[in-house]
Amino acid sequence: MNALIVSALLGVLMMFSGILLKQKKALRNVAIAGMVLLLMLNVLEMAGIVLFKIDTKGMMVFDRFALLFTTIAFASTLLYLLLSARDMEKVGINYAEYFALIFFILCGITLTASFKSLLILFLGIEIISIPLYILTGSDKKNLKSNEASLKYFLLGSFSTGLLLMGIALIYGARGTFYTNDITVFTEAKPSALIVAGMLLVLFSMSFKVSAAPFHFWTPDVYDGAPTVFTSFMATIVKAAFFIAFIRLFDDAFGLLQSKWQLLVAIITVATLFIGNITAVFQQSVKRMLAYSSIAQAGFMMLSLFAMNTDAKEGLLLYTAAYSLATIGIFAVLIKMNDYSFDGFNGFARQQPLLAATTTIFLLSLAGIPLTGGFLAKFYMLKAVMISGDHLWLVIVAIFMAAISVYYYFRVIQAMYFKEGDSPPIEVSRGFKWTLVLLAALVILLGIFPSLLLNWLYF
Amino acid sequence: MVPLLLILIPLLTGLTAFFIKNEKAVRSWVLLSSGLTLSISLLGLTVLKEDKFLQFQCEWLQTLGSSFSVRLDGMGQLLCLLNAVAYPLILLATWNSSYKKSHNFFALMLLAQAGMMGVFLAMDALLFYFFWELALIPMYFLCSIWGGEKRIAVTFKFFIYTFVGSLLMLIGILFIYSHSPSHSFDIASFYEIHISSKQQQLVFWLFFIAFAIKMPIFPFHTWQPDTYEQAPTATTMVLSGVMVKMGVFGLIRWLLPVVPVASYQWGDVITTMAIIGMIYASLIAIQQDDLKRLVAYSSIAHIGLMCAAIFAENQSGMQGVMIQMFNHGINIIGLWIVVEIIERQFGTRKISELGGLAQKAPAMALLFVIVALANLALPLTNAFPGEFLMFNGLFNSLVTKYSVWFTAFAGISIILAAVYTLNMIRKVFYGNMNELTATVRDVRSNEKLALGIIVILIFCIGVYPQALLNVTKEFSEAIVKKADILPLFRGH
Repeated sequence: MNALIVSALLGVLMMFSGILLKQKKALRNVAIAGMVLLLMLNVLEMAGIVLFKIDTKGMMVFDRFALLFTTIAFASTLLYLLLSARDMEKVGINYAEYFALIFFILCGITLTASFKSLLILFLGIEIISIPLYILTGSDKKNLKSNEASLKYFLLGSFSTGLLLMGIALIYGARGTFYTNDITVFTEAKPSALIVAGMLLVLFSMSFKVSAAPFHFWTPDVYDGAPTVFTSFMATIVKAAFFIAFIRLFDDAFGLLQSKWQLLVAIITVATLFIGNITAVFQQSVKRMLAYSSIAQAGFMMLSLFAMNTDAKEGLLLYTAAYSLATIGIFAVLIKMNDYSFDGFNGFARQQPLLAATTTIFLLSLAGIPLTGGFLAKFYMLKAVMISGDHLWLVIVAIFMAAISVYYYFRVIQAMYFKEGDSPPIEVSRGFKWTLVLLAALVILLGIFPSLLLNWLYF
Repeated sequence: MVPLLLILIPLLTGLTAFFIKNEKAVRSWVLLSSGLTLSISLLGLTVLKEDKFLQFQCEWLQTLGSSFSVRLDGMGQLLCLLNAVAYPLILLATWNSSYKKSHNFFALMLLAQAGMMGVFLAMDALLFYFFWELALIPMYFLCSIWGGEKRIAVTFKFFIYTFVGSLLMLIGILFIYSHSPSHSFDIASFYEIHISSKQQQLVFWLFFIAFAIKMPIFPFHTWQPDTYEQAPTATTMVLSGVMVKMGVFGLIRWLLPVVPVASYQWGDVITTMAIIGMIYASLIAIQQDDLKRLVAYSSIAHIGLMCAAIFAENQSGMQGVMIQMFNHGINIIGLWIVVEIIERQFGTRKISELGGLAQKAPAMALLFVIVALANLALPLTNAFPGEFLMFNGLFNSLVTKYSVWFTAFAGISIILAAVYTLNMIRKVFYGNMNELTATVRDVRSNEKLALGIIVILIFCIGVYPQALLNVTKEFSEAIVKKADILPLFRGH
């Protein structure tokens, strides 16, 4: 509850500080200070200190799972701001508004992490999506950015329409928006209405997390959006949608698992396949990362498929590991002059520290042990393995992970083993140290995941 | 405490080495570190023999059912010793080779050593997998940065091969874990697993492919000659001397006792594959003109015999494999040292371009001939007891009907080994000198020292193998007993 109120207030505050503060540095510092405050208040809430008490009539519940995820999301956003806030200056003149929109998105994330009612879910998704449409198109003079924004807006509103229709059908069947009440039925055969509603919701959510075959918007939007915002969209926002996804299906449709499990399996396999195979053929690192985010979404879908304790723990770990690593890579990518693979040639000679940290992030995304990415993938596979006889899915996922090594390692190969003479880039000391911190976190998660996951219980 | 130190010393010194920019300083630092590791390993073997020194366990990933559990048992002792002996030898022998950014080179070498130590010591499947991959990553960078002309593509092939293998193993580990009674990754619970024969076969192949790629066993060997050829020689020594033992080791510790029924069912197929590989690799070795590739193929042949002997599933074969793992490690490092000297002097590895080295470099010739003869398993050299035990095991195996045939065909490869080894010696060291080889200079003192140590080890173990055999005796007995499936039949 702390985070919900404060993030909305901070969004408003940022909009006004855009008028009052003329210096960009001051704006940035206000935003980062606000982010720190938000994170601290959220951690306080985990410790039991709640500043605002509002009766939500049970439509929201701030349980451990929700709070831990929002903490992960806020911490990632803080790191993201520390790394990339400076680069937002280059996007356009509305510097303060970008921060305001990000805070509004965080408000939406709080909603989607803790909803108990389909209305709140819908509200959260809209609060996340609308600022995203704006951020995607924020590079106003760039045709690609405009195109991406329009595409995202049209397809996004279409899928939101599907979601609403699904919610309406479910309401028609059960007469309630409360997710917990949707499952409580004893009839042997669920009505067609509720199954149809569930499918619509499933498709709409698949769109939001860019699972195949609803992924077509992703590469274009991620590629067209200003790279700073792609970083935010592809990590924290995507993670938030996933949390909403698993929460919804766990609460509302858990008992219907037999109805949707096969469908989810198909979506998972398709996502893994399309994401990984297409990523192999990309020439631009940015586009490769867009497809890689689809591929990683495929892995996260496994948690939905398995739907047990391991899956939920693993998803939290996955969102943390994936967000940290991807934010780090994007932060480096933004600094590059050339987004193609060749642009990274000889990078290790020029910037040894940046290259080393990027390597750690890439290893994490590829799922090499000792990084958070490995344990995250491991949790997913383990969850599927103990959920029953689904060895085939594990094998498919493993082979796709092996393919992913190819495109992640292409960047490593370019950085370390190839000679290149791209013009030198300049980075500040603070940027370097933040990257090192990020890399350290990725490794720490890979060795002691319990540091994160214990928060779920204690 | 000992196992923990064996992992931590190379790990920490390796990480420090990244920051020592002076080449001479980093070399001395690495030598110091590897000397320390060697002495710890020897201490563990001789003085600190009580259990409390030889194992270490602490909580780690508790919710996953995994713990940081390391122990030095017989096979662990032997392979850690090999790992610890190999590094000082390699450093000594390549003291004069210089590398660009040498601090990174040596740091990665030490990290690889730490990874391999971990593989040999881990008593927890997840930990084992961790180290298995960790040993691979430094190797990938070592070969790709400091390797030969085609290094990037070749190393990537090597990496993808082994990575796919280890991922398959990961599925196997997860499968056993999900069927283990106590839901734990501990090796003890892996040994107690009860799964049907069909499930055992699945697990068997998931694990076997990973190990077969690492060893390598025909037909999974295609990465190996290219990688050995392209990698910097010091790295090749680590790869062929120590790292391939990870595969053999994996078969013995994680495959045979965990899925004995499937090992019995597929034993004949595997042995056949191994023996085809032995003969095939030997035939190719005869045709090779490149010294590095010749040694690489000879290594495939030797490893094939070890694989066949493991699936003989008896004490003699198992003990032979144990001692041979150690011997093969030091012998092949000896071969590489000479190849490295030749390549550095003449800039070529082609046998056809060399000749008559013995005339001006008698010491090199003498030392090399001894190592090469050891590679042939001549009596009095270290490989003889190992190969004898393995052949004995293969011949007397109770788990196969074709033991005579297996032994006969495996024996052919010994003859072929003599053909290519002696041929190489003749062409490179004897005969007429040409313009290129007239400039030869004999081995330097550091190289002489490294080769001398190897030769001493060759003779010591050749004359008195019992010292090493005693180390692994109990362990081999335990493994053979666990792999024995006859009690299962008697029970029904």
